[in-house]
Amino acid sequence: MADFLQTLITAITVGSLYALIALGYTMVYGILKFINFAHSDIFVLGAWSSYTAATFLMSRFGMDPGHVPPIWFGGLVLLIAMIVCGTVGFTIERLAYKPLRRAPRLNVLITAIGVSLLLQNVGQLQFKIADDLRLPFGTRPQRMPSLLPDTALNDSTIARGTLTAGEAKDAVRFDTPITVTEDRGYRLDVTPPPAAGLENLTYRLMAAPGSYAPDQDVTIDANIDAAEINGSSYRLVLEPVVPILLVDVAIVVSAIALMIGLELLVYRTRMGAAMRACSHSTDLASLMGVPVDRVISFTFILGSMLAAAAGFLNSLKYPGLNLPAHEIWVLLGLKAFVAAVVGGIGNVRGAVLGGFLIAFIEFFGMRYIDTNLRDVYVFVVLIIVLLVKPSGLLGSTVREKV
Amino acid sequence: MQQLSSRIPSLKPAAGPALGLGVLPYVLCVGFAFLMHFAVGPIVGDFAMSVLLQAGIAIVLAVSLNIINGFTGQFSIGHAGFMAVGGYVAGSISYYTSMILWNSPAPHGGFLGSGQWLMALGCVVGGAAAAGCGYLVGLPSLRLRGDYLAIVTLGFGEIIRVLLQRTQPLLFTREEIVNATASQLFPPPFGGAQGFERIPNSANLFWVFLATAITVVFAVRLKHSSSGRAFLSIREDEIAARAMGVNITKYKVRAFVLAAFFAGIAGGLYAHVVPILRPIDAGFQKSFEVIIMVVLGGMGSVSGVILAAIILTILPELLRDFAQYRLIIYALLLIVMMIVRPQGLFGVREIWDYFPFAKKRSRAA
Repeated sequence: MADFLQTLITAITVGSLYALIALGYTMVYGILKFINFAHSDIFVLGAWSSYTAATFLMSRFGMDPGHVPPIWFGGLVLLIAMIVCGTVGFTIERLAYKPLRRAPRLNVLITAIGVSLLLQNVGQLQFKIADDLRLPFGTRPQRMPSLLPDTALNDSTIARGTLTAGEAKDAVRFDTPITVTEDRGYRLDVTPPPAAGLENLTYRLMAAPGSYAPDQDVTIDANIDAAEINGSSYRLVLEPVVPILLVDVAIVVSAIALMIGLELLVYRTRMGAAMRACSHSTDLASLMGVPVDRVISFTFILGSMLAAAAGFLNSLKYPGLNLPAHEIWVLLGLKAFVAAVVGGIGNVRGAVLGGFLIAFIEFFGMRYIDTNLRDVYVFVVLIIVLLVKPSGLLGSTVREKV
Repeated sequence: MQQLSSRIPSLKPAAGPALGLGVLPYVLCVGFAFLMHFAVGPIVGDFAMSVLLQAGIAIVLAVSLNIINGFTGQFSIGHAGFMAVGGYVAGSISYYTSMILWNSPAPHGGFLGSGQWLMALGCVVGGAAAAGCGYLVGLPSLRLRGDYLAIVTLGFGEIIRVLLQRTQPLLFTREEIVNATASQLFPPPFGGAQGFERIPNSANLFWVFLATAITVVFAVRLKHSSSGRAFLSIREDEIAARAMGVNITKYKVRAFVLAAFFAGIAGGLYAHVVPILRPIDAGFQKSFEVIIMVVLGGMGSVSGVILAAIILTILPELLRDFAQYRLIIYALLLIVMMIVRPQGLFGVREIWDYFPFAKKRSRAA
């Protein structure tokens, strides 16, 4: 059961990321009818520029990268990533795709592959701009500084009070009796008195299961002498079996907020109406006075910003950033594309549905069939959907006229 | 008016000369391969030799991909997948048979010795296995076109890569191989993520350029055959082609099977050239390199693609110092090419069509 819930949470989190990326694919496809292969690289750009922005700003603001910065900092980083990606998306569209508006689709596809290769490999160059700023991202994997505390929302405090040091070096005594149950994790948050000159500390209980009276030692994984934290106030937390991490909640909430925003934009605004008109037929739309070029640029910027948000959120959950040209990114982008196709490419709601569906198949397949075949499930689903209903789950079939 | 069926026999050439003309080019291929081996082989150094081998394999890959992407106008980005299938099948045949027969992974016998014939057999079987995969991939292509097909082929390559990573470690000694249990043989012992080492390095200029020459002759003749005309008609306009009675399904699958077969052979040779065959060789990066050759050379132009394959193999070797800029340059080439000259250097035409004394071919070609 716990496994099932854990898988469910991961699938929902990753599914919302897939959905965010898939939206960019589907919007561009809806209007220009080609796969923007470079979209997954925009996503990578989002992740990497979040990293660069975060480390650069932290060093300029004099923040300690080991500490979790205030929440507005994450917002600032996200904003920067979105601006960078939006600009790059706009530039790509103007320079590479716009000259090919009337060209065969195959040529545009090849161009898109070219743009993708270009972004990947330019991303791997590196020039020193300032001591704490090197652009682009170089050929070394990096670790995103954590911008959110890694707490679970559903953990429960079981005791508070003041701590005394135990007899053993790595043991403490609590002022209330506590019970340690087998197979559960316990976290001990300690706030030492100001005189000790220590920062807040977090330990784990290492004691054997059983009941502990206030005069009994409880072992913790102390890397300092427990005597140093004598007299600190503490909070003993029972960790949940299935933690709902703040990161996961933040990802799902912001992704859903962005999707609702996009839904409102597409169906409730003039620009949205223009986008829908262009996706029906660019020629007709332009006859009706829709500024097609501006709408297309807007679509690219919007899609790129969503991809940037996905890249940022992804780097919060998986802070280890691989090289820009690493195949793992391409696979991630491909899965998002598969999500768009499965949901019905060109359909905004279909992209969201497909994103969640693909993530569910991937993670439940991994958990219950075979871990190593995660990429195979996704492509098998793609092939099945394409054979059975090529227009996707929510897509509408368009008859080709001669 | 005379019935067509009664006129046909008189239009057919006599069997003898037709057979001769059909076989002669392939005989010349063997001659060319011997020439490469005995005339060119001794005068080039080790480095030039390895570049030549790579160029030969690249030509086979690019010319075969050209059958799908150039002639038929479909878009496959999974060519490295076919190549890897051929490579692993050929490599395993070569390695395990050598171990069982001669108890050594070293190439057995000299020039045209038994080790090399074993490699040739492995390549043909690998090509057949790849052709089988080509059939499987070609089937969905009946329903898909353009970018969807691209994604399916890309997915195919990635599935092959993942499956190859899941294979078991190699069996190293003869006893292990002979006494292997069923669980050791499935999934097959292809070395997993570490790659397939110890494949005999039996490939040489003769075999590589024999394969290259045969592929090229085959592709040129295919282009001007009835199948080739069907391919080109599908490429120009699928609906019109169907209206003219071209069986779209049959010819699309045929293009995939033929291209996959030659890609499998290229993979087999590649396996016998490189020190280690890795699952990443099935990845899309390898496929992209082949696509770039086809796009730059001209989709549909055999000679253009050959030229591009040679240039794009030799150039990186000369520009080692700029290795990190290589793919950036390729990418820019692709983008600029699509804007300035989308048909590639030569389009569907061949280099010799540009010669002043070239006879004008029919417009279809």
